[in-house]
Amino acid sequence: MFVFQTLALATVFWFGWTLFHNTLSNMESRGISTGFGFLDETSGFGIIMSLIPYDSTMTYGRTFFVGLLNTLLVSAMGVVAATIIGFVVGVARLSSNWLIAKLALVYIETIRNIPLLLQIFFWYFAVLQTLPSPRQSLDVADMFFLSNRGLYFPTASAEPGFGWVMAALIVGVAAAVFVHRWAKKRQFRTGQLFPALRVGAVLILALPLLMFVLVGRPLVWEMPSLTGFNFTGGASILPELAALWIALSLYTASFIAEIVRSGILAVNRGQTEAASALGLRSSFTLRLVVIPQAMRVIIPPLTSQYLNLVKNSSLATAIAYPDLVSVFMGTTLNQTGQAVEVVAITMAVYLTISLIISGLMNIYNRAVALQER
Amino acid sequence: MKKQLLLVAIATTLGGTLMAGSVQAATLDDVKSRGHVQCGVTSGLPGFSQPDENGNWTGIDVDTCRAVAAAVFGSADKVQFTPLTAKERFTALQSGEIDILSRNTTWTLTRDASLGLNFAGTNYYDGQGFLVSKSLGVDNAEQLDGATICIQAGTTTELNLADYFRTKGMKFNPLVFDTSEQTVSGFAAGRCDVLTSDRSQLAALRSKLEDPSSAVILPNIISKEPLGPVVRQGDDQWFNIVKWTLFVQINAEELGVTQANVSDMKSSTNPEIQRLLGTTGDMGEKLGVPADFGFRIIQTVGNYGEMYERNVGPDTPLGLDRGLNALWNNGGIMYAPPVR
Repeated sequence: MFVFQTLALATVFWFGWTLFHNTLSNMESRGISTGFGFLDETSGFGIIMSLIPYDSTMTYGRTFFVGLLNTLLVSAMGVVAATIIGFVVGVARLSSNWLIAKLALVYIETIRNIPLLLQIFFWYFAVLQTLPSPRQSLDVADMFFLSNRGLYFPTASAEPGFGWVMAALIVGVAAAVFVHRWAKKRQFRTGQLFPALRVGAVLILALPLLMFVLVGRPLVWEMPSLTGFNFTGGASILPELAALWIALSLYTASFIAEIVRSGILAVNRGQTEAASALGLRSSFTLRLVVIPQAMRVIIPPLTSQYLNLVKNSSLATAIAYPDLVSVFMGTTLNQTGQAVEVVAITMAVYLTISLIISGLMNIYNRAVALQER
Repeated sequence: MKKQLLLVAIATTLGGTLMAGSVQAATLDDVKSRGHVQCGVTSGLPGFSQPDENGNWTGIDVDTCRAVAAAVFGSADKVQFTPLTAKERFTALQSGEIDILSRNTTWTLTRDASLGLNFAGTNYYDGQGFLVSKSLGVDNAEQLDGATICIQAGTTTELNLADYFRTKGMKFNPLVFDTSEQTVSGFAAGRCDVLTSDRSQLAALRSKLEDPSSAVILPNIISKEPLGPVVRQGDDQWFNIVKWTLFVQINAEELGVTQANVSDMKSSTNPEIQRLLGTTGDMGEKLGVPADFGFRIIQTVGNYGEMYERNVGPDTPLGLDRGLNALWNNGGIMYAPPVR
């Protein structure tokens, strides 16, 4: 048995090496330059959206990080939104209210049965491009401007003294955590409930706000204003980002909703009945009895959905959102011609992101899994 | 278990040998044994390469490939077309999927030196320009500060644009699409203020707009874009055939040999025409194609001027004047080495 395993392993290595060696020698014989030196060369092209400072005098290596961060941004936004929508719809699907349950059913069956690329095109070309031009943009209180250039909103920059507000926020959070722990202890001891959530929220919001007024409002707002072709000042959400975000979130949410439903149905009815027999309100039953047990069923398939979402974000290239595939595997690959290297790097990146997500979800899964003693 | 392992071993050995077997062969031999030239073109750009409703490809880039097929096989129909995006084109050529890339591709040092490719001449001298909507009220590219600009991914125009705006100290938002059709739909939908590309392409893309008169091409030309056919590096014979096919077409125009009079010209006493049409000398043999390859090219595709007028000239929807693309003795820079 051992011999065969060694043989198999050797074959795999030999296969990999042959692949690698052949690629290199074929590329050399065709006069195609190889290596990763191109990453230090000047890129010379512009990118519409970057989370880090970037202009065309920077390197191809920099374009990699610009693309990567844009991918991570839309993925993170998508994961959060898809989880929230998915949980709400999944619970709604089980609602005893006929209309709500059927609406959730229609949503799930429609969205998850239409190809994602079509949905992205729908949101981009059919919905967002019907917005007015910048000169006719819809504005709210001269602060928010919505046009086919995106949503422009004011940004705030901190002045001296803002540190105090941040300090107040930290104190507020610490106090809220303390109150929550104290309330829990008290409940164990006396059985009495204390509105810890509400008090905590007030603490977190009110303390920094109070400090903000006390130190004289140390924030400067920068308003977007129309100059020439477009808005300057403030910040914006590109229509491409919005379309991709909406499409990815809604699509993945429809799958998450079904996962949530299956998780909840997996919890024995007896549990719910026992909870109501004890006099728990239905919202408490859901939060304290059903969801914690359902999570054990939900987490593993949920991980797959997160991985799908991240990988699906590469469809960005179809609507000009500058993600990793569009920027790095698109423009950079083409300007340098280093196809093998660029594709290898990009594949390694997606693999790494996926493995990290799986790892984190596995840690969480272990934490909520049934502890058998 | 044993059986499975054996299968794996066989599969990998086979895979390995297959890959090791991909040694470069002469393109001309491949083309001859296949029976047609495989030519990479755009997925649809009026005047350069576009299929009509019957699936017949037309355009100046298409004719460049047809001329090569005429030189090799004596028939302009022995060619098949592979539509490619700008991003796909070089990989397709490098990997051997196509024999010629004739897809309004700009000749640059980087592409010539590091991609394993050779540019076999220029079939259209172009320059990058800007298409803007008339309603914007702009008449010069220097007024484009802050504009959102639609552009095709993987082109030299992406680089020129960044250079131009940086040297002028202006800002711009590049909206990068995969295909030129998408840039047009982005422009038509008003997502961008400006569409930038080579000026010939802009003329072609403008003709695709619902109302072409609603947009104008600005007078500024911000780059040199010599467009031409490309082949793989390392196969000099094929490189020469493609190069001299184009040269023959240019020389034919200079000598007044046209599709209509080429049969009569065969009896011409002009030694240059005799060599061009293969009635004397062994020009074809030197290249590895039939002796009358020049005659075949002109007979089936025509000379350079005819190819130009038919596809992009003033009488076509594109309506482009010869300009730089006129012959050297006629105010342009089209010049071919002698067939001798």
